[in-house]
Amino acid sequence: MDRAATAAKIAELIAPFNKKGVELTDASTFAGDLEFDSLTVMDFVAEIEDAFDIIISMNAQAEIENYGQLIDAVVKLQG
Amino acid sequence: MTDLFSKFDPLIEQRRALLSTGLTDPFNLVMEKVLSPTEAVCNGKPTILLGTYNYMGMTFDPDVIEAGKQALDDFGSGTTGSRVLNGTYAGHRLVEDALKEFYAMDHAMVFSTGYQANLGIISTIAGKGDYIVLDIDSHASIWDGCKLGDAEVVPFKHNDIEAMDKRLGRIPEGAGKLVILEGVYSMLGDIAPLKEMIAVAKKHGAMVLVDEAHSMGFIGPNGRGVAEDQGCLEDVDFVIGTFSKSVGTVGGFCVSNHPKFEIMRLVCRPYVFTASLPPSVVHTAATSIRKLMHAGNKRAHLWENSKILHKGLRDAGFKLGTETPQSAIIAVIMPDLERGAMMWEALLHEGLYVNLARPPATPANMTLLRCSLCAEHTSEQVQTIIEMFKRAGNAVGILD
Ligand SMILES: Cc1ncc(COP(=O)(O)O)c(C=O)c1O
Repeated sequence: MDRAATAAKIAELIAPFNKKGVELTDASTFAGDLEFDSLTVMDFVAEIEDAFDIIISMNAQAEIENYGQLIDAVVKLQG
Repeated sequence: MTDLFSKFDPLIEQRRALLSTGLTDPFNLVMEKVLSPTEAVCNGKPTILLGTYNYMGMTFDPDVIEAGKQALDDFGSGTTGSRVLNGTYAGHRLVEDALKEFYAMDHAMVFSTGYQANLGIISTIAGKGDYIVLDIDSHASIWDGCKLGDAEVVPFKHNDIEAMDKRLGRIPEGAGKLVILEGVYSMLGDIAPLKEMIAVAKKHGAMVLVDEAHSMGFIGPNGRGVAEDQGCLEDVDFVIGTFSKSVGTVGGFCVSNHPKFEIMRLVCRPYVFTASLPPSVVHTAATSIRKLMHAGNKRAHLWENSKILHKGLRDAGFKLGTETPQSAIIAVIMPDLERGAMMWEALLHEGLYVNLARPPATPANMTLLRCSLCAEHTSEQVQTIIEMFKRAGNAVGILD
């Protein structure tokens, strides 16, 4: 899946987690802008992993702070 | 002032707010005297202990105490050295032999704590390029072991066999795999479906480590833990355990049948670069472990206590961590930290000590009053405990 298609699918998956309807840009941060706590992160990561059939290890998660980085990481992890 | 401590400000403020209401600090209690495995004096008041993990009540066993005293006389107060240098005494071998016999396994390695056993074994066996697949509710020592190593760390939803299966299936061909599970999860006191989970792990060619800290001595026909109880202990590659619960002293261990296991003693840094346990501790542990092999009656009484307390609290209207009693841990779910702390204090005034557990140690950000029963609690004490809970629950307004 290319970046645009990946981004579109992630946009779909994140909607139920974006409780406050924050306007998402590549710079939106999960901890700050989206106010994800550790439980939300866990559930959201599991959704993304299952949707793309990938593993986002804790090591990889540590490098992902914002929305754009997530899309890039998922593009890369799909190989 | 801003410095390296600024990151703790929110926690400092939360504590200040909680204690400013006049509450006793739940994390600063002193046991002034300990009368038995089930009773101590706190704030000058006799208190029933219901939060000690002293499951089998071995701390005051006369044979255990005698072994410790004798070891102090014969070997002195400490080893002042690492296991691989001057710190292996006869007692360290004795306790490792007792563990091999207890688990009927080929190898046993004793660490200074259970925390270090997890830290050491996990970080040493899973290295760069390997994958660790673990339950999201794993104990802090397991997470820290993952962090100390260089493996890729992949958590899955608590006790979710399918989530674990999927993640194992996505690991790149050829990578080493370690699955980490616990027999009893200590926050809610629930057990893992180890038989099914280990079968899935083996299907993917993973090695399996099971932390049986909260089941040793109690669960399973010989007290070997949940894996023994479910008939899958022979498929577990590494069992991690502790002396700080059923054994009644301090220390940690790993037992294994792996033919190359002994090399761990040279390559495992939390084993090598720290002093070994004092002689008195290893002699008390060895004696206690040998007695636990024949503790069938105590195990039966502890089950009875656990079932009665679970039913009593449930009937009283408390919300519990598990539908049915699954271990000797019974977690009472509190509506929030404030009322949890109030309830904890009300119980202390009644003369009952339980553990207050709160986020981030707890799953799903819960505040819990964690009760752990002891084989030495009498049936009368269990009834008294239930009445104390009812009075405190009414006073704090948790029961309605
Ligand atoms: C599941 C689990 N593993 C390991 C440990 C660590 O044991 P120890 O107290 O010996 O460091 C504990 C207890 O704190 C535990 O609950």
